[in-house]
This record gives sequence, C-alpha cells and structure tokens, in this order.
Amino acid sequence: MSTADINVLVNRSYRHGFVTDIEADTVPPGLDESVVRLISHKKREPQFLLDWRLRALRHWQSMREPHWAHLRYQPIDYDAISYYSAPKQAKDGPKSLADVDPKLLATYDKLGVPLHERARLAGVAVDAVFDSVSVATTFKERLATAGVIFCPFSEAVQKHPALLERYLGSVVPYTDNFYATLNSAVFTDGSFVYVPPGVRCPMELSTYFRINAANTGQFERTLIVADAGSYVSYLEGCTAPMRDENQLHAAVVELIALDDAQIKYSTVQNWYPGDEQGRGGIYNFVTKRGECRGRNARISWTQVETGSAITWKYPSCILRGENSIGEFYSVATTNHYQQADTGTKMIHIGANTRSTIVSKGISAGHGQNAYRGLVKILPSASGARNFTQCDSLLMGKHSGAHTFPYIEVRNPSATVEHEASTSRISEEQLFYCLQRGIGAEDAVNMIVSGFCRTVFKELPMEFAVEAQNLLAVSLEGAVG
Amino acid sequence: MSTAADTAAPSPLLEIRDLRVKVGGQEVLRGISLAVRAGEMHAIMGPNGSGKSTLAHVLAGRPDYEIVSGSASFEGRDLFALAPEQRARAGLFLGFQYPVEIPGVNNAYLLKAAVNAARRERGLAELDAFEFLSVVRAKIKLMQIDESFLSRGVNEGFSGGEKKRNEILQMLVLEPKLALLDETDSGLDIDALKVVANGINSLRAAERAIVLVTHYQRMLDYVVPDYVHVLARGRIARSGDRTLALELERRGYDWISEQAAA
Repeated sequence: MSTADINVLVNRSYRHGFVTDIEADTVPPGLDESVVRLISHKKREPQFLLDWRLRALRHWQSMREPHWAHLRYQPIDYDAISYYSAPKQAKDGPKSLADVDPKLLATYDKLGVPLHERARLAGVAVDAVFDSVSVATTFKERLATAGVIFCPFSEAVQKHPALLERYLGSVVPYTDNFYATLNSAVFTDGSFVYVPPGVRCPMELSTYFRINAANTGQFERTLIVADAGSYVSYLEGCTAPMRDENQLHAAVVELIALDDAQIKYSTVQNWYPGDEQGRGGIYNFVTKRGECRGRNARISWTQVETGSAITWKYPSCILRGENSIGEFYSVATTNHYQQADTGTKMIHIGANTRSTIVSKGISAGHGQNAYRGLVKILPSASGARNFTQCDSLLMGKHSGAHTFPYIEVRNPSATVEHEASTSRISEEQLFYCLQRGIGAEDAVNMIVSGFCRTVFKELPMEFAVEAQNLLAVSLEGAVG
Repeated sequence: MSTAADTAAPSPLLEIRDLRVKVGGQEVLRGISLAVRAGEMHAIMGPNGSGKSTLAHVLAGRPDYEIVSGSASFEGRDLFALAPEQRARAGLFLGFQYPVEIPGVNNAYLLKAAVNAARRERGLAELDAFEFLSVVRAKIKLMQIDESFLSRGVNEGFSGGEKKRNEILQMLVLEPKLALLDETDSGLDIDALKVVANGINSLRAAERAIVLVTHYQRMLDYVVPDYVHVLARGRIARSGDRTLALELERRGYDWISEQAAA
C-alpha cells in the first residue's frame, strides 16, 4: 500500500455535531458591567461573588490577549460573543430528571452520556452542563451518604457559600491570565466537588460539557477540594455541534488537595475540531491548575485531547506540601488544520516533591502540535525530582510537532530528567501489520494506541476504551 | 520445470511467470519464473543483491516496488490484484529478515488480530482471548519462548534471535498455505537455528508450501528443501535439488554469477 493509498482511507465526520432545538434565554452579545451584574443576579449570588466578578472584569479590561503560543487564528471579537445562554425552563430549574426538558435528555442520549438509571450500572455520577447551565446531577443521594458534595456550581453558591468563598480563586486567582480573568467575570456554571476528610469517593465523578447555542461562549468553572486523607477521581467530557463559525470555550478548573489527599482528574476532550478545510471549531483556552496544599498530597492530570480547532491549555500542579506528587499524562491529537499548544507546569515548592510528565503528541494532515512545559524547582524544594518524557508522532508530510521545555532549577539537590523523541508511523510498521492480515485502518489505530499506551493506562478503565475509539475516529484518513 | 498441464501433478500453489520488477528505477528482478506446489519446500539462494529478498517482498505486496511485467498467481488467483492484507488472509506469510518494532503494541494483541482477520476471511468465528491463548501456548513451547514474551511490545527490545523466533511463532499460529521466509537463519546462533528449523519442519505438510530465502547453506542442514534455486542478477541462474546448495557451499557464488553474466 502506497502513501497515496493510505491517504484515501475514509474520512468519517464528527459524530456529535448535531444541534438541539431548544428555546434559549440568551443575553445580547458584548461584555460590560451590566452583563456581569445580570449573570450574578440571575444566579442569585451573594455579594462577595459579585464583587469578585466585577474585580475580574475591571482587571480583564486592562489586559491584552496573549500571543506567545505556537498558534495562528483569526482574532476573536469579544463583543460578538454572548456571555450567557440557558435553555428556557421553569424558574427554579429542574428538581429531578423528570423535570428536565426531554429534548435535553435526548441530546445526552445521543452523546452516550448515561443520565438515567442505567448510569447506576456504569457507576458513574454525571453532572451535565448544557451551554452554560447544569441540567442534572445524578447519584446525589449516594454521594451525600458518603458526605461527598457534587453539584452544579450555581447550586454550591446557594448551599455552600463558605466553602466557595474559602477556595474559589485560591489556585487560579482572578488576575491569573486573560482567559481565566474573563472566565472569573462571566462564568455561568460548572461543577463543585468537596470530599470530606478521610473519605474515598465511592464512584467516579463525571461532568459532561456541551456547547449548543450559536455565538455563545462557554465559561464554566470547576472547583474540586479533597480534604485531608480523601480520594476522588473525576472525568470531564466535552462535545459541541458542527458550526462554521468558531466558538470560544474558556474554562477554569481548580483542584485543591490537602494532607494525604489524592485527586485524579481525567479529560476526554472532543470539542468540534472544525472541518477538513479548517472552518469552524472550538477555540479552547482553558486554565487548569491543581495545588497539593498538604503533605503527601497527589494530583494527577490525564488528558486525551482530540477535538477543538485551537487548544491552549496547561494543566499544572503547584507542589507546596512536602512529599507531594504531581502527574501529567497527555495525548494530544491534531488532524486537518487543528492546532494544539498544550503541556503543563510543575512548580516544586515543598521538599521532596516529585513530578512526572508524559506527553504524547500526534500530528496528522496539516495539524500542528506543540508541547510547552515548565518544570520549576524553587530554593525550598530540596530533593525535588522531575521526570519528563515527551514523544511526538507525525503522520503525513504537512503536519508539525514542536517541543518547548522550560526548566528552572534553583535548588542544587533537585533532579530533573527530560527525554524527547519524534517519530513517524513508518511504512515498515504498516507493511508488517498488513502482511499479518490486519487492515490499514486497524493497523494505524493499533500503532497509535501503542504509542499512547502509557497515557491510556492512567485513565479509568471505562474511559480508556472511549478514548481509544475517539482517537481512532479523529485520525481516520490521517496516515501517510 | 513442470507445468500446470501435467496430469499427475496438481496445479501449483504459487506460479510466477517471467516476473520483472523495478525498485527505485532499477530492474532488480529480470524475468523470474517459478512454480511451487503444495507439500514442497523450495530454497532460494544467491549472493547479496541478487534479488531474492525483493522476490519475497514483491509477492507479499510491499509498496514502492514496480511490477514491470509478468504475473504471479496464488491458488489460481492473480496475486498482484490483491492488497497485501488480502494476500495475508488468503494464507501467504512473509517471515521478515528485520522484523520491525511496534512500541506499546502487545505482541499477543497483534497476533490475535492477525489470526482473527484470517478467520473472518474464511467465515470462521473469531477466537476469544481464552481460545487464542490455548492455541498459542503449545506453539510457544515448541519455539522455546517464555510466556512473558506475549505481553511485551511487538519486537520491542527483542534480541535478533528473539525476533526471528517470534516470526516463526507467528507463522505457526497463522498456519499459512505458503510461507516465504526471508533470511530467517541470519544472525542466529546454532542453538537458536535448531529451534527455528524445528519450528519450520513442524509446519511441513501436504497442503502447505515453504520457500526459504537464504544466503547460506547452513540452514539447509536442518531444513531440507526439495528444490534449490540460485538467483543471480535478477534471474534464476540454476535450479536443482539440495546437492546444489552443497556445491554452492564448496565453490561459492562467483561461478554462477559469471555464468549468469555471460
């Protein structure tokens, strides 16, 4: 099979690109103080939160969009975006699944999100965010018995304001960066998790994000607090309809792990990537950061990024507590005209902190994939250790892989290791599989999965399969 | 050489007629004709660059080889009309001289996918993990391979000898109708050579043919061919029985190359 033959392998299209026809409550495009006040008012927020939003807005108005990433895109018109869109419904929102608009539930059915009772079999508690509003949270009772709080952000604002006031913005301050600051001003919903001391969360928690309305930005905010000695595993999935215009997604995720606590945060990101000519797709500018605030705390980020036209995200760990551990496992795929600039920051503050970074970038078509990572060892971090492995796989002649590792070591007892490789799926490997009777498409999937194996094995079992399938779909027609 | 018209002999499993092949613009095979019947073992010998590996690869469907003229049929079907994976599923196996590493892909996973691809083609039910393992276990013993081998990446970090044993293991599990073994003996110490030869011999059967491509006679002490062909400058310069291999060992390849050039 020649390169040309491989190139004609079928291009299956994005499978989640449908639009749900629901009447929506959308504010006019543009952003000023009145929009922020309106959002806060609609959410019946306490004064501290409104004040915080307004401080963020004022700060944002003094900031400029950053352009240091290895990305090219048309300028974003922030005045053309609507900052709030919610499906119209009974004033106080759904009390249970029975109150949720059946069209919404049908949407999640199509996406394969298990919102109904069958979800119990899967053992996954789901919080689904449709455009900007959380539509249902399953398994609340079982979680409540364990003392775990898992609810939409807007509900947490009403029920747990003290926790929010204490932790919101404590890892990603509202001044952090252009997109995080924008999010702080206008975020509309998201998920909140609190796991009390010593509790092992009895099930995987999951949020499913979906952008539906046109010309809206999605700005959700996730806050997860794992109190001393607790454990939680959290999965985030995302899709959007196919639209020719680009849509902005600027989320913030904050994780806080106290003494001996562990948070495992996994993402399967499948936002609409745009078409084969690079039209449309989601601009994904996301700030994710976790802080190991206590001793022996551990935060693991695992991400499988297959979607979005533009991906700009650096899930990071601040390793403040002694002996704390930060991990980042990433597979980022770019096909057609997708671009990704992604990586992590590991900030070692406490003594004997350890971090591991495994990044697998796959570029196909005209895809551009950059790994950007910072390993920073502060003077206080005696005995700190980092291991970084950064591998790139190229398919076709027009794709690109770029690596930007930044290493700052200010403690002589620290150990930092960095390994990097770039390879292609070779004709040899492909022919070997073909000669064993394995079709080209299966062979490519097999080779790519092998390349990603060290990351996939970090995902919860049921999602590892989904990630593998997603990767196969996003790379269809990609080999050369 | 006998033809398909002979009443006594069955029609050949593989029949190559006047095959000419270019690689990188250079004509490497310059008119090869060969018939291989079920039950036979052929050895194809020749000096480096004589075209013997090219022949094996072009039959398996390696890309970037240009077939200038001639034909090859496999069980009466036009081999060159089939994609490489179809040839494999139809029962053509190539044992590679340099098996490629596929990092992270489980050795057993690839082999199971290969077995099931062939079974689907024949309309048989796919083997589940348990059935597959029981098939593989017996063959592993024969090849003196440790079972941990199965869970390693395909050829990943294998020694030269391990790679060759793995090729033969795959062949034993896939049970092809026609096995083309490209320099399977190269780089093996004598113990490994015996194990590999043992594996090949165990697969000899009336319904199957094996073609060994080899530079040295050494292998043929353990795997005894019915026919020996010597390639020189892209042509079969001479055919005979295994005494031809012994003569080559004694006299080298030069005299045949000179004859071919003349």
